[in-house]
Amino acid sequence: MQFKNIFKFHGGVHPNGNKSLSTSLPIGRLPIPKKLVLPLRQHVGRVAKLKVKPGDQVLKGQIIAEADGNVSASIHAPTSGKVLKISEEILPHPSGLPDFCITIEPDFKDTWIEKKPISWKKLDRTELIEALSQSGIVGLGGAVFPTHMKLRINQSQPINTLVINAAECEPFITCDDMLMRERADEIIQGALIAQTILGAKECVVGIENNKIEACEALKKAAQKTAIEIKVVPTVYPSGDAKRLIYLLMGIEVPKEKRSMDLGIQVFNVATVAAIYRYLELGEPSISRVVTITGAVKAPQNYEALFGTPLSELIIAAGGSPNKTKKFIMGGPMMGFDLPSIHVPVTKAMNCVIESSPELFPAPKPVMPCIRCARCADACPVNLQPQELYWFSKSSQLEKAKDYNLFDCIECGCCTYVCPSNIPLVQFYRYAKSEIIAQEKSKEAANTARERNEFRLARIEREKKERAERHAQKALGANEKQADDEKKSTIAAAMERVKQNQQENIKT
Amino acid sequence: MENRSPYIVDAPSVSVIMFKVLLALIPGIALYVYAFGLGVIINIFLASFTVILTESAILAIRKLPIKVFILDGSGLVAAWLLAISIPSIAPWWIIVLGTLLCISFGKHVYGGLGYNLFNPAMLGYAILLISFPLIMSQWQIPNNLIENNIDWLDQIKIIMNSSLLSKETIDAMSSATPLDYIKTQLTLHQPLNIIQQNKIFGFLGGKGLELISLGYLAGGLYLLKEKIISWHLPVAFLSSLFLISLIFYSIAPDTYASPLFHVMSGGSILCAFFIITDPVSGPTTPKGKIYFGIAIGLLVFIIRIFGGYPEGVAFAVLLMNIFVPLIDSLTQPRIFGHK
Repeated sequence: MQFKNIFKFHGGVHPNGNKSLSTSLPIGRLPIPKKLVLPLRQHVGRVAKLKVKPGDQVLKGQIIAEADGNVSASIHAPTSGKVLKISEEILPHPSGLPDFCITIEPDFKDTWIEKKPISWKKLDRTELIEALSQSGIVGLGGAVFPTHMKLRINQSQPINTLVINAAECEPFITCDDMLMRERADEIIQGALIAQTILGAKECVVGIENNKIEACEALKKAAQKTAIEIKVVPTVYPSGDAKRLIYLLMGIEVPKEKRSMDLGIQVFNVATVAAIYRYLELGEPSISRVVTITGAVKAPQNYEALFGTPLSELIIAAGGSPNKTKKFIMGGPMMGFDLPSIHVPVTKAMNCVIESSPELFPAPKPVMPCIRCARCADACPVNLQPQELYWFSKSSQLEKAKDYNLFDCIECGCCTYVCPSNIPLVQFYRYAKSEIIAQEKSKEAANTARERNEFRLARIEREKKERAERHAQKALGANEKQADDEKKSTIAAAMERVKQNQQENIKT
Repeated sequence: MENRSPYIVDAPSVSVIMFKVLLALIPGIALYVYAFGLGVIINIFLASFTVILTESAILAIRKLPIKVFILDGSGLVAAWLLAISIPSIAPWWIIVLGTLLCISFGKHVYGGLGYNLFNPAMLGYAILLISFPLIMSQWQIPNNLIENNIDWLDQIKIIMNSSLLSKETIDAMSSATPLDYIKTQLTLHQPLNIIQQNKIFGFLGGKGLELISLGYLAGGLYLLKEKIISWHLPVAFLSSLFLISLIFYSIAPDTYASPLFHVMSGGSILCAFFIITDPVSGPTTPKGKIYFGIAIGLLVFIIRIFGGYPEGVAFAVLLMNIFVPLIDSLTQPRIFGHK
């Protein structure tokens, strides 16, 4: 296949996609479950502020937790029912730590709150962003960054290009693929809205060449628009925003910069579809498409309400949630083991894969690095993973930093190609966390030192002041006979000294 | 909970890589047998045997899993490279001693697989060359190509115990290598075209030896195709050797052999595809590989022409191994998004 105007990035790998597993059936709908568990933190930023208390009746689409400040997102009731409790529950997060969640007991009436579509063409940008900040929409590609924040642009750098990320490069995941096949219109309409809000001159959709049906659907939907559908080669990690920008435009976004700084904004297909639904239909972010695949009997995509227990999804896919089985959230390249099958579907959950020894064999014994540099050939950032491994392993953290450890995007390509079966990415994660921890403790030590110095200075100052007062008293007692003139001179002098000292302290 | 992604891998194991390297040596070895008889096979057997015994002993002492590290195949690669580099009529203890030193001092002293600073095969070769210069410069005449016949029993006899053969037989079997011969004859003020009329010369390099080089070339191309090695090292090395010898050749063709002769003689082709491509002791960056290859090409030529030894591959490689950490750190590629 020929790719027109495509800029290939260095490295990347070609894992078996395993996508056809879950694309034979259309997106299914899950019945409303017996309970919904909604974590207050499903996004990057501040935890949403609780707006309900146990016992409250809520309607579908009602805000149950409100965005706290700008970098935050609201949580809406995915269906009508009663707030059962607010408690710590186990979450689908690599940490496996519990966090606060609202548990709703559905009444199965599924009564909507009054939907308020927004005539977005009439509103100006600020009003639209304000409206979207209530929508609960976050980046549905997995980054879960509040979407309204990505629509705010600074005055000095207008957005020229809106990139719609339809690459979906991770193996097994097909939620975006199916969404494009079935709801291409929503995506294109959403992209047009986002383009308008951003004031972007052009809008490009980047899609891998393994999604032929989805690509056709998008092209059809975009026929009468100026949106360009650009096919990119199937190479992991083409769906990484910075890699996709390079593929499409040949622009390298440096680590310390965001694409916005270069006039480019990137949205995932599901995110723009959600924008469309919120503005045109008045429906906030209460569900998403999740791929359930892997070793389950009937892999498929489901439109699942947020808060749906994963076990329901497993049952729908023909699995039995009773057996102790392993599930991975995300793709096999960057995903993680789920701590339990009782975690809820969240805004970040794009895919759940049932693991099996056939699909994901246990890692082979680790051999020494033979410096073959296959990892360097595969690294999409053009790092030297074999050097980073060496430094991370021997805890030469400064060196690792010098070799740009923090440019690593943890895509896993290096581990994927390593003949010695070295879990390279795990070493980098370790080294990064060590460096961050060290810097934090250094900072803490600095603050403590500054505080202590300040305290010592204060003690010193108070001592001096006391001494002055004593001196003054003594003067007064001994020189009672001295004339007024002399007294006032001394007093004035002391005043000056005092003032000087205070000034010194101030400076 | 530890995040252990990626869950999938797709990589040939170290063993597969090493056995493919051994496989790639087969065409060259087959042609070796064709031109010189079975001597090289005996040496390869002796070397393999020695390396397995020595490594097993060292691994046992180091309390490392023996089977895993024998089967990684890296020891065998080093042993085979040494076995095909030494004269095929050298006495048996030469290859045994050489392999022993190569694997213990060249590899395990530094920590074993992945840690050696120097190319183990070349370290072993250099030690042998310095310690036994006479034996190491006694090459076999490509009997099969000249007299059409070779007594393979004689070959076994000369390797196992040279006193079993008469001095005349030994003399009839051995000669200097073409590189060596040119060097000594030039000191006698013979013009090059006369020197190269000797029966040990073939079309491009040494008779028989050039054939073996073609075999190694085929194996090297296989390694390139299999992506076991990258093009940078062979291309950089061969073009640098070619260009420097071309310069000298065009100035004084009577004194300096042609660039093709240099490329097809001695260990040039073996060096290009099998020796400098050892990943452990070589540089890892693409630019670094190019500099490394160029430097070795120049050094090989300098040692061949101006040095005390007729062939310079081993010394050139070992010298440049010293610079590998420096080369790597100076040739870091530009990172995505960096200037």
